[in-house]
Amino acid sequence: MRKLPLLGDEAIAQAAIDAGITSIYAYPGTPSTEITEYVQKSKQFREHQIIAQWCANEKTAMEAAIGVSYTGKRSMTCMKHVGLNVAADPFMNSAITGANGGLVVVSADDPSMHSSQNEQDSRYFGKFAQIPVLEPHDQQEAYDMVHYAFNLSEKFQTPVLLRITTRLAHSRSGVTLKDSTAQNTLKLPDDLQRFVLLPALAKKRYKILLDNQVNFLQESLHSGFNRLIQGVDKSLGIIVSGIAFNYLMENFQHKNLPFPILKIGQYPIPNELIRNFVNEVDEVLILEEGYPLIEEQLLGFLGIGKNVHGKFDATVPRAGELNPNLVAKALKFPEVKMNTVPEFLVNRPPQLCAGCPHIDTYNALNDALSEFTQGRVMSDIGCYTLGALPPFNTINSCVDMGASITMAKGASDAGLRPVVSVIGDSTFIHSGITGLIDCVTYNTPITIIILDNETTAMTGGQKSLALGRLESVVLGTGLDPDHLHIIDPRKKFHSENVEIFKKELSYEGVSVVIARRECIVAIDQIKKELQSIAVSKNI
Amino acid sequence: MTNETINKNNFKKDIIIAGVGGQGIVSIASAIGYATLESKLFFKQSEVHGMSQRGGEVQSHFRIANYPIQSDLIPIGNADLIISVEPLEALRYVNYLAPDGWIITNSVPYNNITNYPDLVQVHNEIKSFKNSILFDADSEARKIGSVKAANMVLLGAASEFLGIQFEMFENAIKTLFGRKGDKIIDMNLKALARGKEIFHFNM
Repeated sequence: MRKLPLLGDEAIAQAAIDAGITSIYAYPGTPSTEITEYVQKSKQFREHQIIAQWCANEKTAMEAAIGVSYTGKRSMTCMKHVGLNVAADPFMNSAITGANGGLVVVSADDPSMHSSQNEQDSRYFGKFAQIPVLEPHDQQEAYDMVHYAFNLSEKFQTPVLLRITTRLAHSRSGVTLKDSTAQNTLKLPDDLQRFVLLPALAKKRYKILLDNQVNFLQESLHSGFNRLIQGVDKSLGIIVSGIAFNYLMENFQHKNLPFPILKIGQYPIPNELIRNFVNEVDEVLILEEGYPLIEEQLLGFLGIGKNVHGKFDATVPRAGELNPNLVAKALKFPEVKMNTVPEFLVNRPPQLCAGCPHIDTYNALNDALSEFTQGRVMSDIGCYTLGALPPFNTINSCVDMGASITMAKGASDAGLRPVVSVIGDSTFIHSGITGLIDCVTYNTPITIIILDNETTAMTGGQKSLALGRLESVVLGTGLDPDHLHIIDPRKKFHSENVEIFKKELSYEGVSVVIARRECIVAIDQIKKELQSIAVSKNI
Repeated sequence: MTNETINKNNFKKDIIIAGVGGQGIVSIASAIGYATLESKLFFKQSEVHGMSQRGGEVQSHFRIANYPIQSDLIPIGNADLIISVEPLEALRYVNYLAPDGWIITNSVPYNNITNYPDLVQVHNEIKSFKNSILFDADSEARKIGSVKAANMVLLGAASEFLGIQFEMFENAIKTLFGRKGDKIIDMNLKALARGKEIFHFNM
């Protein structure tokens, strides 16, 4: 059996390849990006056996995956937790249409918000959609679960959600591979109305989803991903899910583990297993990374007449990711001796790279805005969000992908003038276009700056779908061409760039300024991409 | 330590690799990764990705053992070694270091912040640890050919300590830099060897 050193993300990707996917669709987002990147580096991708594409956003990715499933073939879509919000509409409705070919959705949560604006727990989304959720504790289980997920998806004709958290996504370990499965052949659903969610048809489909709940529960009880580990000391029983299992076991490395453990890796929550387990022990400790989902359901409104320790009684912190030390504390282990980190230590916050084009754009924008009071720049998600920090202190918002344009529109409607939106090229494609259409429709006084570094830089330089055609996309919304400018953000053009900004800031309508210079880190890759675009145009 | 003794005892090394984004800590981690694989040990390596890479502090937790490893993160007070490409970054993680743990670090600061503490104070703090090796890896690397190899000098200095045969690190470098040609491989091999010498000189 072949064994490879794989990140959690890569284990999922390798399993998807081995399970015979036809396509994988995604929008980059930490900590999920490496799944699609890994497939793009595979032999199967290079030989055109598998499609692995960056999409405009998570919603389009999810919909394309549903389309593949419709044809009877297997597909995966992956995203970060907040990406699942973007894909929520097709995701929720895919539970109603059901899957034809295996359909697996991967959502990578980011507790502690290492690279995110919140730490929402995707398991709630699975429960919301009433579909099976899988939560691996390590790289091998992630690999094995993907195989199982595709089979489960096809067995009950349902999408399946696989939830991981940052540490597993970005931790590498040895993974033993299974034999690979051939891709499914094209086979449309027997009922060609299955994916038509007209109310009368959707009602029938919804009943099927509800009827399936008992099947999903039986799978949870019997799949083996929820399992009991016997223990002699029944004063405490520990229910543990996902990566928290590793932190628990770390604390008993080379030690006898006296307490019974119920390891949870599959949802819906296996009620009978939990009931029998809880009946056997005096008190319960619940360890789960993310929100207290198991704990909340176990306690209900009224509690269970036994002490349950976890996030609600602050045995485990409610916010942030877990680690072995937090679990040790929850187990009331004595604190370990540790060295003190010296007081003179200072933080080293992330910065825009030396030579980054955003630096020049922000310097020009700050100068253009210098005659106004502060607080007029709505921004978005990307490297340029660092413009909120010194030395720039330029931007005043970062809420969700695309919100810069629409929030600036709202602020403009409310009377703030001038008002600026700053958005990256890839973020503009993701969710900025629709906002621009709103602005153009109402001729909202707003200056939109698209920071076009020709790549998706923050996640490591994935292909930007705007590359080579951003102007035509912008003009396609109906923008007045007289108020579209393309500037080169460099020191030597500083004063002319300031003038262009100033002129458009005073214009009572929509302007778009594209500040275009390639990302200093991804420059070689961008040149290659541009070359291949030029070649394909000549053909 | 030879592989034989590794196989007999409960062998484990918990290593924190530290530095600033762009200083080559990923290469150090990859080289240890290849060497670990070749020596048939278990490992888990937690990497840093995403926004925190840009000029900010970065760290990787590398765990090696001859038994299956549980946690992806090293528990506080448990690390056997901190390898750091930058002195201030070495100190950032000393709470992870075991009482008899080692610090092997570059002495040259990466000064991309305005409030960098007094360097003498930083160096003295590192020296106050019972087991520490502080040296100018940049100039050692420069002598060999390029400051870029400083990370491999540091790995060389740490290599004797990791309980993996030196040859396996050499093989790792050949794999890691294979695409970049013989010249780059040779330079990094020399850097590795120089690091090993420095380790012995300091012992």
